[in-house]
Amino acid sequence: MTESNKLPSGQTRIDSLEMLNITKRFPGVLASDHVNFDVKSGEVHALLGENGAGKSTLMKILYGLYHPDEGEILLNDKPVSIASPNDSIGLGIGMIHQHFMLVPTLTVAENVALGLPSTRGFMTDLDQVSKRILELAKIYSLKIDPDAYIWQLSVGQQQRVEIIKALYRGAALLILDEPTAVLTPQEVDELFVIMRQMVKDGHGLIFISHKLHEVVEISNRVTVLRDGRKIGTRPTSEVTKQDLANWMVGREVGFIPDRGVVDRGEARLELNNISCSSDRGTPGLRGVTLEVCSGEILGIAGVSGNGQRELAEVIAGLRKAASGQVVLEGQDVTGLPPAARADRMLSYIPEERMRDGVIREFTVAENMVLREHEKRPYSRAGFLNLGKISRHADELIKRFHVKTPSRDTLAKNLSGGNIQKVVLAREISRAPRVVIAAQPTRGLDIGATEYVREQLLEQRRNGVAIMLISEDLDEILALSDRIAVLYEGRVMDIVPREHATPEKLGLLMAGVHLEESVSVVK
Amino acid sequence: MRQRLETLFDALLPVIATLAALAVGAVMLLFLKVNPLEAYAALLKGAFGSFNSFAETLVKATPLLLVALGICISFRGDVINIGGEGQMIVGAILATWIGLTFTDAPGWLIITLALLAGFLGGAVWGGIPGALKAYFNVNEILSTVMMNAIAVQLMNFLLRGPMIDPSQAEVASKIPQTARLLDAFQLERLAPTRLHMGALIAVVLAVLVYILLWRTTLGYRIRAVGQNPHASRYAGIKVPRYVVTALLLSGAFAGLAGAIQVYGVNYRMITDGSASGFTGSAGFNGIVAALFGQLHPLWSIPASVLFGALLVGANSMQRMVQVPSALITVLNGLVVIFVVSSEIWRRRRQRRRLVVGEEEAPPKPDKSQVQTGEAQK
Repeated sequence: MTESNKLPSGQTRIDSLEMLNITKRFPGVLASDHVNFDVKSGEVHALLGENGAGKSTLMKILYGLYHPDEGEILLNDKPVSIASPNDSIGLGIGMIHQHFMLVPTLTVAENVALGLPSTRGFMTDLDQVSKRILELAKIYSLKIDPDAYIWQLSVGQQQRVEIIKALYRGAALLILDEPTAVLTPQEVDELFVIMRQMVKDGHGLIFISHKLHEVVEISNRVTVLRDGRKIGTRPTSEVTKQDLANWMVGREVGFIPDRGVVDRGEARLELNNISCSSDRGTPGLRGVTLEVCSGEILGIAGVSGNGQRELAEVIAGLRKAASGQVVLEGQDVTGLPPAARADRMLSYIPEERMRDGVIREFTVAENMVLREHEKRPYSRAGFLNLGKISRHADELIKRFHVKTPSRDTLAKNLSGGNIQKVVLAREISRAPRVVIAAQPTRGLDIGATEYVREQLLEQRRNGVAIMLISEDLDEILALSDRIAVLYEGRVMDIVPREHATPEKLGLLMAGVHLEESVSVVK
Repeated sequence: MRQRLETLFDALLPVIATLAALAVGAVMLLFLKVNPLEAYAALLKGAFGSFNSFAETLVKATPLLLVALGICISFRGDVINIGGEGQMIVGAILATWIGLTFTDAPGWLIITLALLAGFLGGAVWGGIPGALKAYFNVNEILSTVMMNAIAVQLMNFLLRGPMIDPSQAEVASKIPQTARLLDAFQLERLAPTRLHMGALIAVVLAVLVYILLWRTTLGYRIRAVGQNPHASRYAGIKVPRYVVTALLLSGAFAGLAGAIQVYGVNYRMITDGSASGFTGSAGFNGIVAALFGQLHPLWSIPASVLFGALLVGANSMQRMVQVPSALITVLNGLVVIFVVSSEIWRRRRQRRRLVVGEEEAPPKPDKSQVQTGEAQK
């Protein structure tokens, strides 16, 4: 029976791997709450969950990047300790990261050999590495040229290099962290062919994704995580997309603030068929058409990375639209720079407030005038009016309840919630006509979250047109008048608040059209 | 408490670095069988021992301060200007050309025009690498250094050919120098020493640079872009424009330093083939002075005086305790290396503190901020 213990690559099979009672705390967050998870040889086990559900934390623990506070890991029923990626690689666990760890200017063989001792001491053994790569490529039917440079390869091919790299290092069990996020549909199909081959040969695969159709297509079993807790593990054949969507997002809608009745006014922000690329050069938005009206909050729901960032940046003028128009109060502003759009009273609360919202080494007062410093009364003929700037800061600190020792405190010394209040104060106090709020409450405590939401509703009552981009469905449901769901850069649908349910939105967020879902329910 | 200690440590770092450099220098002196205490006493005496020697210290400090002012601007804008040498040379060439061409004009006019020309020449020489960085992402450290090489060759060419002193052109020796400026064009002396108006101009400019950086929208933007280009861009600031401006202004002050060297000290340009032959390495030492002054224009004043003293004192040390002149260069270089490395180390430490703070709580990066916020109170 020793033969059957071996994988085609020569590596010993991992018959089973179990993670028991894994608990990991970060300051203020329980990222993984007594989670059990297991993989067997010859299966694809999908790990499904929203952002922040604890998928990555769990896998980073398995790969040795984090250490669990509680729990143990059993490999072939024996406890093992994994203190670093070196340990996990030694045990036959490999990980394909979402962002590839390859050196573009080196060849495939050089990348595979990188970090490994050469069999020839100080001399390289690239010819042997190449031979072995071709061997592995043949066994797993991966087409790859060991002498090609990484920069010459497509994203799908680079991913294959990562897989080869893991196999070369003796991986019997592979963790694939959102491997399809960067791939085209054709490349996804090719990847699935490779994955099926590996499973047939006895590898165990962990497939992390939040795309339901992919999970249903490729996995044997599926585990759903939510808020760091395991919701359940089922054989994929026994669940529907609807079930999975429910598990993934199905929490009770929380406290709903008093929204008041506001009449929807004229359209203030219109997007006509906007397309643009993402930072990676892949399509970020594909023909988005939306409008936001006075006195309305338009919620943008979606799993992160489906075009939310691009949407906000295109509107703010920070990202070029490849086609389509951005119209602010009837005026086409597509070609205008960010400052000109801001002058038309467009305000923007950016997603990454530490990076894009404030200057950490500037004082609170200086940050409060980041947008308006060149305007009167804050400056005159190029000279700053420090008195006015200070008074303005004091006023806003009071009005927005910013907790800071003084206006001259550096922004970096404020808490996250108070930094967000500084950004909010700056963007809202200028009496905007349109506000783009991207993940405005992410990472804030309950008090600050309530405050930010209340401020957005207040703006809505004042007739401001607000676009609220959030991954928090509760927030979207609580605040929005209409909800647009983004999926792979497209608007899946726009649902009026009255007709929106978490289940419905969950399906849309996972790329399932509502007509389709009806047939699933049947 | 710990944070306050660290701030204090950061502030004292340049002083610690200088002392460390002097300690290493002391070891070298011991190898040369010279008593380091005696040598350093000679250094002090040479720099501050008499009215005349102190004036000489200030003369040396003047170009350092001017270059340092430019460095304050560029480093605050997060652009590293290593091209002070070249910018000084180009500024000096333009200023000299003005003085040698328009010999009929009144002195005050020529001096004004010449200093302006120096300012502009340096601005161009700094602006080119600035534009390359802002629009083509060319590393400014490399490009400014390369611009130095071009400036030196330009100077050598001009002083051997088109701008050579007519009297030298006729004789066989052909010393590569320009003609001497008319007496009317020379900057006024402040005392019966070599101290000239340039020192006063530099101090006034230090105040103006302070105002520029902290009282004007231009300075606000340069600092904003230097601290966080992302947030600046999000706030509607045209980031590349201020990258260029920072390097351009930095070059301008170095160019002015070059012009003032000609009009206040040498009254002509002369080359030994190297850049330092003309600049006395002020283009580099100015960086050290600025870093020593915590990139603050006003603190750069005492910092420049200190380094001026080091230069003058080193000369007297050479005379009094008979150390080879090369050691003086070494000592100077040691201080530069120690201060610059300590600055880089300080920044890296700061970044690491920042990164560690962010990574402690990956799912919610803001939590670490809550903690530092509380630690502050």
